[in-house]
Amino acid sequence: MNISLNMNYMKIQKLTIALCILIFAASCGGLGSENETGTQKTTKKNKAEKEKPEADPKGIGEVENVNLTDPLNENMIESGKAIYEMKCASCHKLGQDRVVGPGFADITNRRRPEWIMNMITNTDVMLEEDPVARKMLEECLTRMPNQGLTIGDARDVLEYMRKNDMKQVGKKDQAVKDEQSS
Amino acid sequence: MTVLAVGITALLFSACKQNGSVKDATSAVKGDAAEEVYVAPGEYDEFYAFLSGGYSGNITAYGLPSGRLLKEIPVFSKYPENGYGYSEETKPFFNTSYGEVPWDDAHHIELSQTDGKFDGRWLFVNANNTPRIAKIDLQTFKTTEIIEIPDVAGLHCAPFITENSEYLVSGTRFSVPMPQKDVPIDSYKENFQGRVNYVSVDQETGEMSLSFQIQMPGFNYDLARNGKGVSHGWTFLTTYNSEEAHTMLEKNASQRDKDLMAVINWKKAEEHLEQGKGKEQKTSYYHNVMDESTGIVESEVKKSTTLLNPGDCEGMVYFVPVPKSPHGCDVSPSGEYLIGNGKLSADMTVFSFSKLKQAIENEQFAGDHNGIPIIDYEASLHGVLKEAGLGPLHTEFDGKGNAYTTFFISSEVVKWDLEETTVVDRKETYYSPGHLTIPGGETKEPYGKYLLAMNKITKDRYLPTGPELAHSAQLYNIEGEKMELILDFPTKGEPHYAQAIPADMIQPGVKKYHKLEENEHPYVAKGEGKAKVVRDGNEVHVYMTAIRSHFAPDNIEGIKMGDEVYFHVTNLEQSWDVPHGFTVQGAHEGGLLVMPGETLTLKWEPVKPGVFPFYCTDFCSALHQEMSGYVRVSPKGSDVELQWSLDEES
Repeated sequence: MNISLNMNYMKIQKLTIALCILIFAASCGGLGSENETGTQKTTKKNKAEKEKPEADPKGIGEVENVNLTDPLNENMIESGKAIYEMKCASCHKLGQDRVVGPGFADITNRRRPEWIMNMITNTDVMLEEDPVARKMLEECLTRMPNQGLTIGDARDVLEYMRKNDMKQVGKKDQAVKDEQSS
Repeated sequence: MTVLAVGITALLFSACKQNGSVKDATSAVKGDAAEEVYVAPGEYDEFYAFLSGGYSGNITAYGLPSGRLLKEIPVFSKYPENGYGYSEETKPFFNTSYGEVPWDDAHHIELSQTDGKFDGRWLFVNANNTPRIAKIDLQTFKTTEIIEIPDVAGLHCAPFITENSEYLVSGTRFSVPMPQKDVPIDSYKENFQGRVNYVSVDQETGEMSLSFQIQMPGFNYDLARNGKGVSHGWTFLTTYNSEEAHTMLEKNASQRDKDLMAVINWKKAEEHLEQGKGKEQKTSYYHNVMDESTGIVESEVKKSTTLLNPGDCEGMVYFVPVPKSPHGCDVSPSGEYLIGNGKLSADMTVFSFSKLKQAIENEQFAGDHNGIPIIDYEASLHGVLKEAGLGPLHTEFDGKGNAYTTFFISSEVVKWDLEETTVVDRKETYYSPGHLTIPGGETKEPYGKYLLAMNKITKDRYLPTGPELAHSAQLYNIEGEKMELILDFPTKGEPHYAQAIPADMIQPGVKKYHKLEENEHPYVAKGEGKAKVVRDGNEVHVYMTAIRSHFAPDNIEGIKMGDEVYFHVTNLEQSWDVPHGFTVQGAHEGGLLVMPGETLTLKWEPVKPGVFPFYCTDFCSALHQEMSGYVRVSPKGSDVELQWSLDEES
């Protein structure tokens, strides 16, 4: 009953509710569900999937598919920049230098947009279960905190990262392009 | 695991017996008691129990049935552990008409109610010494408001709640000249008065406001309960010292065979108020409220109060006699029975509300006191529980027709049948219980299951800790016909009363962090880019951020001797259970414990030039030890410019 109710709310893409489902599903175990929610799909990864040897380049979490659009959306960039400055800039600089966490430069060329958004919104699970995120935790030693961003917030930050990549390294979205060409 | 725990308990008992120090209590405990209170690692307790701290001034939250201490909630006492009362934001909580008062004696817990049942919104508690009532928010487990009650003394009789949280009712324990004036103490009968106070509660915000006060004879108003169900709209207050003695009360206030219980029709009082019978009186009291969006407490001084005089307000106040110095009257779940706990009597008096009301309607009065009618005792009596024990103090209910009363002098809890007024069962407590609580035990629908007795004497219950001992509490299972003692645990301060509520009424709503976006603190730094240092005369404001594992800025120079430095620390974390601590060497205001998304301020006045470290006091991460910085203090008149940086970037 709760689940179906929550699924209706999913359509408004509230992360809090989405996370509740995830936690609820995780605590109950094996409640896999697939729901179309615009550009994203919700799937609870079960243990078998989690333990598969190869890393999913999209990471683990709510975000299954992101449609990147061009030209860049200036409204999203503005919102993404404000969120970045409030919640991310303490640890991530815009250039290449690692401070607490890695610098953001080049990130959209190295990581899929889904991976980036899952890392932001599903941080604890990613740090436990995603091999790439785990390896970075071993290098950085400080656990990346979940900063309470909604999926929409994370998408705005991603747009800001894409703009930043153009400024820093002159290209963006290469991780998606590489996969499409392979 | 359970088997192991039971085994260990059994082992402890047998060890105890071998060294010859066995108490009756050990044989009073059944072998499987441990199973009943065992909450396995990672599992939750079934109930939250909130215990007042008495002279600690605070409240503690325990889990039941495990007896595990979950949190101490600071209320009337400053609390260096988390900076409560030391941070600039929370200092105004201690403002009173007597100046700054950093401590009090917190007695009675009241959970908010809707339709006579707990609703899990707020918790209220009284300050006995400098009369005040505080509100605690049950999403954050933080004190959010403190209101002073003017023109009373010793607010022991508080803050008793009505069935829809309309009012928090209180009475003065000590009668005094009202308003205060310089008179001989032996002019008591001429100059001393009592007051019963009605504080209304805003149903949206919980904000308290002193609605009206009732002028009463100069007795000692001791404890109260409000009616519910059939008796909703009425307040019952026990009093002692109807003799109006002012010295050696131990003897002189115990002369009469019966004292008087006040019976107040507050719906009638509201009518008189509407008819303009209230008189505005000049007074002065503080109302301190925390703004949730900033966390800043603002104090407001109120200048008047509305007083109702029973002489002008017919049908508002009555008295009814109760045997010998009663300590509390408790109202049964239906609202029909009122239990007068005559602490110097072996008997318990049970009044019937319907008889009481009938006696009022029939004007069955046995005289009056200063014009206030005294209702005929026999006409309002339901029955007397004879010689149930010595020194009855407090009664709660299980919702199955039984009442449970603590007997202070004979150290026991007695279960008795309300309708029949006969004893059903009795169990010893260790020792001399004051209050007891049953989950929901004062409401229309008690949850029953457990009874917690809070004892005044501990003596030999635990490993000794010098002359001062923690007070003991005992938990009983009351599901069966016979009560079973299942747990014994130490408590903090002196719990005078407690209330327990099912965990699922609070747990889902508990706040995990404050949203940064909603932080409206005037000195917030929403992001490291907003960190800065601003001088305003000799005040220096540091807009500082904290996130695992650094502060920004972490190098500050240009502070001069004579400056007042305010560190406004914003915790940028947005996840649960990641507070950051902050303090700086020599800080006279202790330290801060800043919750995620919150801003708190520590004032620091340097006492000598030099370079002083500040650091995070809450182990926050693997690099917690690195979470630190320096502030440089130069002599007055030095030309060192104000500058700040992190990682050598300004």
